[in-house]
Amino acid sequence: MKAHLKLTFLCLQLLIGTIWATPATDRQKIRAYYQQLFPQLTLADYADGVYAIDPIAKSSWLAIEEFPPYEIALEQGKTLFKQAFTNGKHYADCFPNQGIAIAQNYPYWDTATQSIITLASAINNCRRQNQMPPLSYGAGEITQIMAYMAYTSRGKRIQTDIPAQSSAALAAYEQGKAYFYKRRGQLNFSCASCHIDNAGKYIRSEMLSPALGHTTHWPAYRLNTGEMSTLHRRFEVCNELIRAKVDPAQSKALRQLEYFLSYMANGLPLNGPATRK
Amino acid sequence: MLSILLAGCSTNLQQPIKQTSTQQSNRQAGKQISFQRDKGNCLACHVIEDGEDPGNIGPALKNIATRFKNKAQLKALIADATQFNAQTSMPPFGKNKILTPQELDLVVDYIWSLN
Ligand code: HEC
Ligand code: HEC
Repeated sequence: MKAHLKLTFLCLQLLIGTIWATPATDRQKIRAYYQQLFPQLTLADYADGVYAIDPIAKSSWLAIEEFPPYEIALEQGKTLFKQAFTNGKHYADCFPNQGIAIAQNYPYWDTATQSIITLASAINNCRRQNQMPPLSYGAGEITQIMAYMAYTSRGKRIQTDIPAQSSAALAAYEQGKAYFYKRRGQLNFSCASCHIDNAGKYIRSEMLSPALGHTTHWPAYRLNTGEMSTLHRRFEVCNELIRAKVDPAQSKALRQLEYFLSYMANGLPLNGPATRK
Repeated sequence: MLSILLAGCSTNLQQPIKQTSTQQSNRQAGKQISFQRDKGNCLACHVIEDGEDPGNIGPALKNIATRFKNKAQLKALIADATQFNAQTSMPPFGKNKILTPQELDLVVDYIWSLN
């Protein structure tokens, strides 16, 4: 009898959970959590990552931004973006508004291919359509092109949404969310262990950034490596850190993860390219 | 008979000295494993003695003998903290074989000694 009651209760909880855990309530909950943790921050502040919560790191970051180390990549990106493909077409021909000030619309759910299109994957799709070899996703030329595209989109607000009529889009979001909360690797961490549960705390001498705002500022010049780097490369690094299986940049799993994080950050201003430790 | 007694005496006399020095070198080894980034890396989350760049995800490790009944209890926590708190961020060092059984014992000896 007791066990029976327990079971009924559990079922009820599950039912309520599935009915109420919509993406919109997920987002509300996460934002309410951070607001309690960092009451001094406005929503837009989260676009600055760990610098929004670490005043000492912030002042050295602001000093660096006087002569931004990503400037060279930005210039190269502009040139590459305007260069014609061998067939005479340009990147601009592949994108709405010729590719200018549109980064806020990525990632999005593409009904035609029933998949998530990130800005990086759209760039390579464009190249393929124009008989150009795809670029590798972690570093190099793609970061330069993305730096330019991000720069033209500065101040635009993230527009990631889930089409109401698409259950496949919702499922992709749910998978991204599950990835974020699932413990993995020999060290048994989830993304949430570090960037939700312990945001603002120090792991060794590194302060952990909130997950809200993780997608606002890419690509980033990493002071540690001296290279421009993508969001998916950062996902790879974090998975290496916890000795987990490293899903490759732009794999389905990581595009779903980006979709989830970007949905959480809907409405935040873009401010890439950026500089990060 | 006398020689047996004497032998007994001499081992009794020697043992404490020998133990102290092994204890000390064990403590040193345990400390090293606890601090080393690719081993325990306990400093990632805990303040411990003079360890450099400690994080603050977990509590400072001190007065350990007052916090745990015995070494076995301490070892159980370090081996798999998720057993005691499913939400913990502390990695399961024994269960996931992050440390070998010998390394785990050395770490337990060292942490137990912290006051
Ligand atoms: C063991 C701790 C840990 C785990 C687990 C972890 N990260 Fe990180 N992550 C870090 C640290 C440390 C940094 C660098 C400091 C910072 O910005 O938080 C970082 C940085 C990042 C950044 C860059 C932030 C910025 O503003 O540029 C992103 C994005 C990120 N992590 C996402 C993830 C995701 C997604 C996962 C799970 C797949 C994950 N992390 C798992 C520790 C972790
Ligand atoms: C990534 C974070 C992290 C790492 C690495 C870590 N711990 Fe912990 N530890 C915690 C947290 C958080 C707690 C608090 C209790 C809990 O959440 O289970 C804790 C609690 C403890 C406690 C109990 C302290 C008390 O007074 O109750 C001991 C002992 C301990 N850890 C030892 C270790 C040792 C030894 C290592 C390395 C071999 C280690 N920890 C590595 C996060 C960590």
